[in-house]
Amino acid sequence: MITLQQVKDELKSYNGRKIKIMEVCGTHTSSIFKNGIRSLISPQIQLISGPGCPVCVTSSAYIDKLVEHSLKENCCVLTFGDMMKVKGNKLSLTEAKATGGNVRILYSPLSSIKIAMENSNTQFVFAAVGFETTTPIYSLLIEEIIKNKIKNLKILTSLKTIIPALSFICDNEENIDAFLCPGHVSVITGSSVYNDLAKKYNKPFVVGGFEGEHILAAIFEIVRQISNNEHCMKNMYVNAVSNEGNKKAIEITRKYFCSTDDYWRGIGVIKNSALKLRPEYIEYDAGSDFAESVENNPKGCRCTDVILGRINPVECPLFGKTCTPLNAIGPCMVSTEGACGIWYKNVGGNK
Amino acid sequence: MCVAVPGKIIEINGDMAKVDIMNNICEVNIKLVSAKIGDYVLIHAGCVLEVLKKDMAEEILSIFSELEEI
Repeated sequence: MITLQQVKDELKSYNGRKIKIMEVCGTHTSSIFKNGIRSLISPQIQLISGPGCPVCVTSSAYIDKLVEHSLKENCCVLTFGDMMKVKGNKLSLTEAKATGGNVRILYSPLSSIKIAMENSNTQFVFAAVGFETTTPIYSLLIEEIIKNKIKNLKILTSLKTIIPALSFICDNEENIDAFLCPGHVSVITGSSVYNDLAKKYNKPFVVGGFEGEHILAAIFEIVRQISNNEHCMKNMYVNAVSNEGNKKAIEITRKYFCSTDDYWRGIGVIKNSALKLRPEYIEYDAGSDFAESVENNPKGCRCTDVILGRINPVECPLFGKTCTPLNAIGPCMVSTEGACGIWYKNVGGNK
Repeated sequence: MCVAVPGKIIEINGDMAKVDIMNNICEVNIKLVSAKIGDYVLIHAGCVLEVLKKDMAEEILSIFSELEEI
């Protein structure tokens, strides 16, 4: 048994080669700040955020489509709250609502069943955004729509899968040494999905929980593996993550959704990196096809470099100056899970 | 987006369950898991994603007991 004090001592005094660890999930980024993890480890161990905020990587063409639906007569967009402020090419959903658009915020996709039944003259579109964590819930939603024969509720999908994105990053970014894998995505997918990645790219992939102790233990394991020239998957969030994942959730997702290429804002198209409704369920889709989207970052915005782990948010020239949570220029500043937004909240606008 | 919170199941009615999340009682869907009353579960967007296996304190102890020296 190694004590927490020993872990902290080892990580603080680490003096080996520089190690760059990407924490994929925005909730990890938040927890690293909340627990002051950077102050507990050697500057030789660098923690960098990844693409783990679905709101940040959703294309602006998708937002435009939602805005379009919200402004149609007798149409209403249902969404999670964190999608409200992200700008499309013209408007955000908040701005669309201000100009008369019909947008409602929900906590659970499943609540939209009751709303659709009670308002049969309105056509509802649920903004189905998310990673593997949330897709099974959209599958339950489709199941309920079919069961209740609901005709006035569809979904507009931007459902990314994180594993192809991690492969993309490993193929294209050379200086990331290890990954702290996303905890709640792993609850669904299981930790075994990282075995192949660890083997193929010779990097440690460690699944970690969200408490300070979880994160320290995961970093310690990564440093241990790298120091011993090992590179394997290790699951350190055993309370919630199993090797094979949540089978029921995987099964129901497979029943309604299939894999597709998709556009990641700030990155571009990644092969087989998203899920769309299967052809036999396409009548429940509200026009999702954004693989062809092309867009440029706003001038000066370095969200791409942030998402790919090339820089920390504070290294962007716009950070805290023209780009703040109240007037976000890039998508990473908008969302509460976006790396820039989290950094701003914790270090403020002064670099 | 992928934020999930732990809660305890206090009542089950078919696919739905009442859970206690730090003294707030919420209704959640439990179709993705096999859960029983008294289980601690992980909840995301109105659904239970997984039944938690053991106490977090126990989990953290087990993680540290498995760590090997650098």
